[in-house]
Amino acid sequence: MASTVIHAIYNDDDILMNAVKAVRNEHYHIEEVYTPFPVHGLDKAMGLEGTRIAITSFMYGILGLTVAIVMMNFIMIKDWPQDIGGKPSFSYLENMPAFVPIMFEMTVFFAAHLMVITFYMRSKLWPFKKAENPDPRTTDDHFLMAIDAGNHDVEKMSKFLKDTGAIEISLIENEDDH
Amino acid sequence: MYTLPNKLKVFAIVFMVVGAIGMISGFLSAPSSTAEVKEMMAAHHGEGHGEAATTAETHEAHGAEHGDVAHDSEEAHLEHTLHQMQNRPWSALYIASFFFFMIALGALAFYAIQYAAQAGWSPVLFRVMEGITAYLPVASVILFVLLLLSAFHVNHIFHWMDPELVNPESEHYDKLIAGKSGYLNVPFFLIRAAIFLIGWNLYRWISRKNSIADDTAEDHSYFKKNFKLSAGFLVFFIVTESIMSWDWIMSFDPHWFSTLFGWYVFAGMMVSAITVIAMVTIVLKAQGYLEHVNDSHIHDLAKFMFAFSIFWTYLWFSQFMLIWYADIPEEVTYFVTRIEDYKMPFFGMLAMNFVFPVLLLMNSDYKRLNWFVIMTGIVILAGHYIDVFNMVMPGTVGTSWYIGLPEIGSLLFFFGLFVFVVFTALTKAPLMVKRNPFLKESKHFHY
Repeated sequence: MASTVIHAIYNDDDILMNAVKAVRNEHYHIEEVYTPFPVHGLDKAMGLEGTRIAITSFMYGILGLTVAIVMMNFIMIKDWPQDIGGKPSFSYLENMPAFVPIMFEMTVFFAAHLMVITFYMRSKLWPFKKAENPDPRTTDDHFLMAIDAGNHDVEKMSKFLKDTGAIEISLIENEDDH
Repeated sequence: MYTLPNKLKVFAIVFMVVGAIGMISGFLSAPSSTAEVKEMMAAHHGEGHGEAATTAETHEAHGAEHGDVAHDSEEAHLEHTLHQMQNRPWSALYIASFFFFMIALGALAFYAIQYAAQAGWSPVLFRVMEGITAYLPVASVILFVLLLLSAFHVNHIFHWMDPELVNPESEHYDKLIAGKSGYLNVPFFLIRAAIFLIGWNLYRWISRKNSIADDTAEDHSYFKKNFKLSAGFLVFFIVTESIMSWDWIMSFDPHWFSTLFGWYVFAGMMVSAITVIAMVTIVLKAQGYLEHVNDSHIHDLAKFMFAFSIFWTYLWFSQFMLIWYADIPEEVTYFVTRIEDYKMPFFGMLAMNFVFPVLLLMNSDYKRLNWFVIMTGIVILAGHYIDVFNMVMPGTVGTSWYIGLPEIGSLLFFFGLFVFVVFTALTKAPLMVKRNPFLKESKHFHY
């Protein structure tokens, strides 16, 4: 089924913020906002859910810590124990201080890299992906708000968006479903 | 304007009185002769503590460390224990007084950083910080008197001050301490202490004066003055703080040294100070003051508590791991005595200062809950008190340590005094600066 989307373009982030609040007050549905830079507080104004990436980060960190412990236990204690500075080489626990830097680094490494990969997958980004950007000006100095026209009166909506400070309004008929 | 609630005043005075009673009874119950020590040790045996029994072997290690010829005779051992027990109330007093001094000094450094960095979020908290630093002059006098008492041999907590140790004729001659005596001697030690204390108090006095004068000024000249003064102070502070930590803490173990000790003490100082700033802010907020302080300010302070806890752990571990790995006798004794004789406080404070804040303050929502910040803050402060305890006690009382009347008494006394001085100082000026150029940004600060 074809859906109708209105693209409203703004040229100032403060005006955009106020527009987003006004549009949500009118109970129109904002599909997406495209901005050339992160706008502070926009996620809250749009009513987006809080990110859960911090939780994944914590779990990846624990995973990294575990990998470091298992790895060092295998390399330094089980497989090939070596006498380094006369340290007890047959007990992981007694040698633990020497492994703390590795445990720390692996925790950070796992948390950072897996978090980035998670972020890309969640945002459906991968190499050679075609940009989904509806208007190239949003990568420069314009802000675009995509609003679901739904069953609303398009004329009335356009007028309302003009009043919120939009400099350009266009109606887009999406043929493909999304 | 803030008025000191009567309840708080009574609360502080009760703490001071109870603390003073504990302290005095600590001094009175310290043994004055070896015969008393013998009696006390026998009583301890009877109670089944068994701790005194282990002192025999550690005495040898301890004696050798201090350059004494280790005697095996019981009388010498008793005398050694006697000195430790006589040191104990003094050490307890010194630790508590240093701990609260360190909070005031840390708050002063944090305050200077806010000015020097021209921070936009914090001006609504400036008067709170100024209130906490008002304890600095009081603490400085007390601490300097304590150092003077040590210098005049009223107590013997600074072992190196014994003139016998640097006298080549004496049987107690200590080559290592004598080698350091060009730096580590009583007059120079006191001169340094005086310079540091005067310098810090001078900054505190001038910056507070400028801050008050700024409220009624016409232009931003006082702000600019404070900005320049703070930048200068921070340079002075980081050098003097480092030397202060060698003098006032590291010299309790005069044979031992660590090059990052100044940073280590600094980290503990900052985390305690920021915790206290957060707690005082929350208390004032709960009483209905500081209407412009919002969740985000508390959140930021809690972030600092979290970050400095990790910074402290990083330095603690950097110091520990290198010494543990190298295992050089003259260095490693420091941790050997602590792990053998102070196992519980040593590992306990690691849990309190690292594991606890990391797990509790990691979640960003928890940093905005006032009661959560207070609870975590109490653990952090207790942990850093024990940290100072661990730095001072092994070098002064050795194995004869215990957390009892003198320790808790001193802690309560200085806590009462701190609360009294800080909250009295808060009544002296409006709780909000008026004309700071970043005030508007600070009021609207949100995350």
